[in-house]
Amino acid sequence: MAFPRGKVIAIMGGSGTGKTTVLRLIGGQLKPDGGEVRVDANPVRDMSHAELYAMRRKMGMLFQFGALFTDLSVFDNVAFPLREHTRLPESMIRDLVLMKLNAVGLRGAQALKPAELSGGMARRVALARAIALDPMLIMYDEPFTGLDPISVGIIGNLIRRLNDALGATSIIVTHDVQESLKIEDYVYFLSGGHVVAEGTPQQVIQTTEPFVHQFVHGEADGPVPFHYGAPAFGEDLGIGR
Amino acid sequence: MLRALPGGLRLVGRRTINAVWRLGSASRFMGLVMLRSGLSFRRFHLTIDELHFAGVLSLIIIIVSGLFVGLVLGLQGYETLKRYGSAEAVGTLVALALVRELGPVVAALLFASRAGSAMTAELGIMKSTEQLSAMEMMAVDPFARVISPMFWGGFLSMPLLAAIFSVMGIFGGYLITVVIIGVDSGAFWSQMQSSVDLRDDIVNGVIKSVVFGAAVTAIALFEGYDAPPTAEGVSHAVTRTVVTSALAVLALDFVLTAFMFTGV
Repeated sequence: MAFPRGKVIAIMGGSGTGKTTVLRLIGGQLKPDGGEVRVDANPVRDMSHAELYAMRRKMGMLFQFGALFTDLSVFDNVAFPLREHTRLPESMIRDLVLMKLNAVGLRGAQALKPAELSGGMARRVALARAIALDPMLIMYDEPFTGLDPISVGIIGNLIRRLNDALGATSIIVTHDVQESLKIEDYVYFLSGGHVVAEGTPQQVIQTTEPFVHQFVHGEADGPVPFHYGAPAFGEDLGIGR
Repeated sequence: MLRALPGGLRLVGRRTINAVWRLGSASRFMGLVMLRSGLSFRRFHLTIDELHFAGVLSLIIIIVSGLFVGLVLGLQGYETLKRYGSAEAVGTLVALALVRELGPVVAALLFASRAGSAMTAELGIMKSTEQLSAMEMMAVDPFARVISPMFWGGFLSMPLLAAIFSVMGIFGGYLITVVIIGVDSGAFWSQMQSSVDLRDDIVNGVIKSVVFGAAVTAIALFEGYDAPPTAEGVSHAVTRTVVTSALAVLALDFVLTAFMFTGV
C-alpha cells in the first residue's frame, strides 16, 4: 500500500479485516510480524522511542469517538499538543487554537466541555486538535460512524479541505462508501488482512470484482456470506439434512 | 497429555501462569513509571494537581474517620485502664495505637477506597475511551504526562494523610477523655510525651505510611492501566484495587511491624 503526499486515501473493508491495525502500524503503536512500514522513507519498526515520538509530532490522528480529554475544555483540548510540544507564549497559542477551531466551525464552543458536545461536534474538535501542529499525515479512524447526515457531510468536507490546505496526506479508515467516495483520491479494500482490490473512486464504482461490488452496493449476501458458519439448518432443527 | 490432567490441577496451573504473567506486567509497568518520572518533577505542577486529587480530596474522610477512631479508642482505653487505676495513661495508649498502627493502616485502607479506586477508574476510562492512545499519537508519553505524576501524587499524599489521621485521632481521644470524662489534661499530655519516641514510634509510623502509599498507588494505577477497555472491565478493576490494596496493606503491616517493633 502507498499513500502519496497530498492525497486522500481510504481503506475500506468489513469489521475485523485489519483496517485500524494498518493505522496503528503506521503510527508505531503496533509492530508488524512481517513486512515493513515506512513513513517519509523511514522504517517505523527500527525507530527508537525518541524517533517514534519525533515522527508522531508530524502526524495527526482522529479517533473513532474523538478521544477528547474529558477533564479539559474544547479550547484546552486543542491547545494540548501546542502546549506540550512548543514554547509559544499563551497569547500565540490562543490565536492558533482559535484559528483551528474556526476552521472546523467551532470557535464559539471553545469554553464547552466534551460532555456538552454532540458526536459530530466532538469529532470536529478532535479534528482541530489533530491538525494543531499542521501535520504532514492525518489518519482518520471511522470518522463518519454514528453521525447524522449533516455531520457526515461536514466532516467529509473538512477532511478534503484541510488536507488540501495543509498539503498533507490523509488516510481514512471507513465503512461509509457514499461519503468517502466523494472526497477520496484512491481506495484500498481489505478482506481477511489482505488488499483484495484498489483503485480510484470511479474504478471502484464500476468494478465487477465480487467483494468490492458487494461492499459498495451494500448487498447482504456474496463473498461475505450473510450466514455465520453453522451446521445444516435441518440438522440443527432435528429433522435431518 | 495436558488434557489428561484433572480439571482442578489445570485450573491451578492456569491461574499460577496468569499470576506470574501479571506480576511480570506489573513490574514492567512500575519500571516504566520510574523511568519516565522526570517530567513529574520538572513540571511539578502536574504532581501538585495529582496531590490535590489524591490527597486534598481525601481529607474529609480522613479527618472524620480519624476523629471517630480517636473517640472510640479514648473511650475503650479509659474504661479498661480505669480498672487498673491508670486512667491517666489513656493518652499514651491513644497516641501509640494511632502513631504505630491505626494511623498508617486505617488511613491506607481509606486512601485505597477513596483515592485508589478513583485513580483506577480514571485511568481505566482514559484507556477505554482511547485518551491514552490519543496522547501517544500526539507524541505525548502517557507514562510521563499522566501515570507518573499520579504515582508521585499518591505517594506523597499518603504519609501526610496518615499524619493528619493520627493528629485527629489524638484530638478525638483528648476530647472524650479530658474534655468529656474529665481525665487530667496535664497527665494526658505528659504521659504521652514521655512514652512516645520520635524514632521508634513516629518515624516507624511514617515509614509504614510511605510503604503503604507506594503499594496502594502502584496497585491502583496498574489495575487501571491493565483494565479491559469495557465498563465491566473497569468496574472489576476498581474492585480489585480495593481488595488487593487492603490485603497488601495488612500483609505489609505485619511484615513491617515484625521488623520494627519486635526485633525480628
